[in-house]
Amino acid sequence: MTTKSNAQAIGEKQAQHPLDDLLRTDRIPHIWCPGCGIGTAFAATLTAIKDSGLDLGHTAMVSGIGCSGRGAGYAKLDSYHTTHGRAIPFATGLKLANPKLNVVVFSGDGDLFAIGGNHFIHAARRNMDLTVICVNNLNYGMTGGQVAATTPHLAKTTTTPVGNPESPFNLPLLAYASGATFIARWTIMHGRDMVESLTEALLHRGFSFVEILSPCPINYGRRNKEKPLETLKLYEEKSIIKNNANPLEITLDAEKGIVLGNFYKESRPSCIESYDRTCRPDFLEQSS
Amino acid sequence: MNFWRVPLDAQDVSVARGIVHIIEDRCKGCGYCIAYCPKEVLAFSDRFNKKGYHPPYARRPEECVNCHYCEILCPEFAIFTELDPSCPQAKELESDKQPGQSN
Ligand SMILES: Cc1ncc(C[n+]2csc(CCOP(=O)(O)OP(=O)(O)O)c2C)c(N)n1
Ligand code: SF4
Ligand code: SF4
Ligand code: SF4
Repeated sequence: MTTKSNAQAIGEKQAQHPLDDLLRTDRIPHIWCPGCGIGTAFAATLTAIKDSGLDLGHTAMVSGIGCSGRGAGYAKLDSYHTTHGRAIPFATGLKLANPKLNVVVFSGDGDLFAIGGNHFIHAARRNMDLTVICVNNLNYGMTGGQVAATTPHLAKTTTTPVGNPESPFNLPLLAYASGATFIARWTIMHGRDMVESLTEALLHRGFSFVEILSPCPINYGRRNKEKPLETLKLYEEKSIIKNNANPLEITLDAEKGIVLGNFYKESRPSCIESYDRTCRPDFLEQSS
Repeated sequence: MNFWRVPLDAQDVSVARGIVHIIEDRCKGCGYCIAYCPKEVLAFSDRFNKKGYHPPYARRPEECVNCHYCEILCPEFAIFTELDPSCPQAKELESDKQPGQSN
C-alpha cells in the first residue's frame, strides 16, 4: 500500500519509485536486513547507471556470493550471479567476448578481496575495462559475521571473539598499487557524492573501483556495539573528504579518520586496447 | 530560517516544496529517513505494515523541501519525493519550457 502524505498528490495512481524501472520489483522487498546499507549502495548504483546515460541494452551486472552478491539478481538488466569470488573473471570474459558491453561488478569485500583477491589485483593491473563496486561492511555478512580481510584490528567477529589480531587491507590503496585507473571511497551516507562518483566510474574507460562503506547491523554491528544509526553517526563524525588525496594517507580508522573521496584517475590504454595495439595491429586497421 | 545576515535576494529566492510518497509495505523501519531528514518532516507511524514494521509518515508534509535525501538514503526503495506542482519553483520550471515541449 502506498500512502500519499500530502493531499495534493497527483491523481490516484499508485506511486512508482523512480528506480522501479531498473528493479525486478517482483523480488522487492529484498532479503537485506533492516538497517543494512547494501540497499542504499545498490540504489546509488542504479541511479548512477541512469545518470550516466549508458545504453541499458548493453549494460550487464555481475555479482559473486554474499549478501552484497545478491545485487545482480535485483537489477532489471542482463545480470549474472557467479560462484564465490569469481565475479571479476566472469565479468572479464563478458567484456572480452563483447567489448561493447558496459560491465558492472557489484559485490562484497569478502567476495572481491578474500577468495577473489587475486582476480581483483590482476584485472586492475591489466586495466580491464570494468566498473567494480565493493560494498565493504567489514565482515562476511551472509555466513554469520566471520572475520574478513577488511575487518579492523581488534574488532569482534564470530571467528575473532576477543578481537581481530590481524590488520585489514586498505582497499583503495590496494587498487592503486595494483594499477586501477579510477579509485574512490564513499559511505552510504554520502548520497550525492557517491552517485556522482559511481557515474564517473561507469563512464571511465579502464578499471574503475569504488568502495562503499556500509553498515551490517546484524553481524558486525551487533558484535561491535554499533546500532545502525550509530554506524551512520560514526561515518558522519569521522569522515574527511579529500579528493585526489595521496593514496598513502587514505586511512579507514576510527581514530585517524575515514578518508573519503575520488582519489585517483588516470588515462591509460585498457586491457583490450593494449592487446589489440600490441598483438594484432592489423585487426585494428581493418576494423577502423 | 534564521539568517546571520539577511541575503540581499531573500525576497526572490523560492524554496522548493516536495510531496512525500511512502511505499509502506517495502519499509523495514530502520528510521534512517526520519533521523536524517534536514527538515524533520518524518516520524514513525503507529501503523504496522505487512511485514510488521512501523513505516514513517510525513508528520509535517508542508516542510518538505524536495531535497530527496530520504529517497537516496533509504535502503528499501520505500520513500521518494517529487516537486509539488503548485510551488513557485515548479511554476518557474513550467514557464521555462519551450512551447510544444511536453516534459
Ligand atoms: C567456494 C565458497 N566458499 C565459501 C562460501 C561461503 N560464503 C558465502 S558468502 C561468503 C562471504 C561473504 O562476504 P562478503 O563478500 O563480504 O559479502 P557480505 O555478505 O558481507 O555482503 C562466504 C565465505 C561459498 N559460498 N563458496
Ligand atoms: S547480514 Fe549484514 S550484510 Fe547481510 S543483509 Fe544482514 S545486515 Fe546486510
Ligand atoms: S525530501 Fe528532504 S525534506 Fe523532504 S522528507 Fe525527504 S529528506 Fe525531508
Ligand atoms: S529509510 Fe526506508 S526503510 Fe528505513 S524507515 Fe525510512 S522508509 Fe522505512
